Amino acid sequence: MAVRVIKEKCKGCSKCKKVCPFEAVTIEKKLAIIDESKCTGCGQCVESCKFGAIEQDKDETKVDLSAYKGVWVFAEQRKGKITPVVFELLGEGRKLADDIGTELCAILLGDKVEKLTKDLIAYGADKVYLAEDPELKDYRTDAYAKVINDAIEKYKPEIVLYGATHIGRDLAPCLAVKAQTGLTADCTKLEIDPEDKKIKQTRPAFGGNLMATIVCPKTRPQMSTVRPGVMQKAAPDKKKKGKVINLKVKFGKNDIRTKVLKIVKTAGDQVSLTDAKVIVAGGMGVGGPEGFELLQKLADKFPGGVVAASRAAVDSGWIDHSRQVGQTGTTVKPNIYFACGISGAIQHVAGMQTSDIIIAINKNETAPIFEVADYGIVGDLFKVIPEIIAALP
Amino acid sequence: MRIAVCVKQVPDTNEVRIDPVKGTLIREGVPSILNPDDANALEAALQLKDKDKKTEVIVITMGPPQAEDMLRECLAMGADEAYLLSDRAFGGADTCATSTTIAAGIKKLGKIDLVLAGRQAIDGDTAQVGPQVAFRLGLPVVTYVEDIKIKDKGKKAEVKRMLEDGYEVIEIQLPCLLTAVKELNEPRYMTIAGIMNAYKKDITVWDHKAVKLDPADCGLNASPTQVFRSFTPPPKGKGEMLSGTAQKMAATLVDRLKEKHAI
Repeated sequence: MAVRVIKEKCKGCSKCKKVCPFEAVTIEKKLAIIDESKCTGCGQCVESCKFGAIEQDKDETKVDLSAYKGVWVFAEQRKGKITPVVFELLGEGRKLADDIGTELCAILLGDKVEKLTKDLIAYGADKVYLAEDPELKDYRTDAYAKVINDAIEKYKPEIVLYGATHIGRDLAPCLAVKAQTGLTADCTKLEIDPEDKKIKQTRPAFGGNLMATIVCPKTRPQMSTVRPGVMQKAAPDKKKKGKVINLKVKFGKNDIRTKVLKIVKTAGDQVSLTDAKVIVAGGMGVGGPEGFELLQKLADKFPGGVVAASRAAVDSGWIDHSRQVGQTGTTVKPNIYFACGISGAIQHVAGMQTSDIIIAINKNETAPIFEVADYGIVGDLFKVIPEIIAALP
Repeated sequence: MRIAVCVKQVPDTNEVRIDPVKGTLIREGVPSILNPDDANALEAALQLKDKDKKTEVIVITMGPPQAEDMLRECLAMGADEAYLLSDRAFGGADTCATSTTIAAGIKKLGKIDLVLAGRQAIDGDTAQVGPQVAFRLGLPVVTYVEDIKIKDKGKKAEVKRMLEDGYEVIEIQLPCLLTAVKELNEPRYMTIAGIMNAYKKDITVWDHKAVKLDPADCGLNASPTQVFRSFTPPPKGKGEMLSGTAQKMAATLVDRLKEKHAI
């Protein structure tokens, strides 16, 4: 979708230069010049031009994509337990499949995991593709990519969704290359275009400063990884019927080039930030690991309250990285989010701004966190938090 | 051992701000830096070189001519050679097309025992290019690596892969591609001698012909994904600032939470 300037119409007003997120436009002799090596074809300049002087090729190449049908969800499991994001994907996938008028399928790999298919069906899947083999017990890139790619080639889904977990973000890029198709990472919104039934995938870029809606017009399947905690899981229907299709699994001698020697859990009490109803998060203002003890006391006032942190606090070594909220940590959506001594860098805000109620406590009244807070308290958190603890029922 | 390290020059997104009036990105004055995770990948390669002086560390990037600055920085940290894949034909590439170009560049480097890359770049945060390069080169891959031990005389590596709630230990055969997270190490600073040396070295620039790629197979032309539109996220409306003593503010807050049936 190359972008071109129509020289006759361009007045050199430089409006396009200002809106371009990629610094691809320069103005020379009252004429906008687009640097193709920087342009991503995002079309911001096309919309901004008051003189209709910028045009964009709409791709009209027709490829037969009709052979591809159905929405697939990769049913990630670890130690025989479905990863929570899978149920969110099934909730979202159900909506997408209904909007297209197609079926929703899950693809499950593991060793002796057949019993999990019931849950996948209850949460929305019409069909489950099941691959069982001792080699598939724990996730490994080579093994999983081979089995799923074979299934994609055979059954041709039009959309494949993965959780943007450490597993999904490893697997999906490999499958996209194998299938020679596009992949959009860390999507926060998915929708079906009512006209052409293609998926539109929206994701944050530039540390959440910019949102981009991505399409994959010419190749299939369309693939997305989706941030955990963003989509809604559907209510399970235990009576729902579905079909289980067994996939044949066969590995050659050098098909799997890695070996898992051990898997170690370090996050002791297994804090699930994505499921927490109340999160008390601390940043640099907490001052050290001791400060987090006060935050824990506040979290303990709520059933299921959990302590979290900004990247700065994690980088300072005050708290384990598994508690990090934000662009490079976990995206959370609790009922109540306390941001204590967190300045509110855009990367942090990107991971918590959809919380129902945000309460910011910060000494600095100009801290950006107050821009997204429902309730702002300017003050010393070591004085304010004990008062809140005392005032809570 | 010959190690290729994939690096990228990125705008420091911590410094990127939104113009409150126009709602667009302000990129003026935003410094370009070596992507942080890539610095960890380079450090890992340099540590292997520290242990065995025969190790060669080669940095490779795709980008505009300005990316040379970042490659000089890598040379000043201790890399032996630097390659820049730069061509108008590479422009507008998504991750899929980027991986084709970088893989072609690595192939041209000849025999490589280990490819290292950062887990993800801070401007796109996709974490896709690393594993995609591996698949295009036919190499096994481990992502999110926080520890690397080379064993069996360089035939295998034992790596720690970070998980959300812990880690796994994986044995992988070489050659392979590993992507680094910040927990892997603390990147070294450039030394004065290193900086002097960096300017004595040549940076090799390759275009599509040099890496035997058809323009149809790189850049925007070979990108299955396209940006349909981009926009700045709508700011969430500013809420209520509470006032009074700490005790009063705490009481008001609890009242508000009760009103909203949040507690």
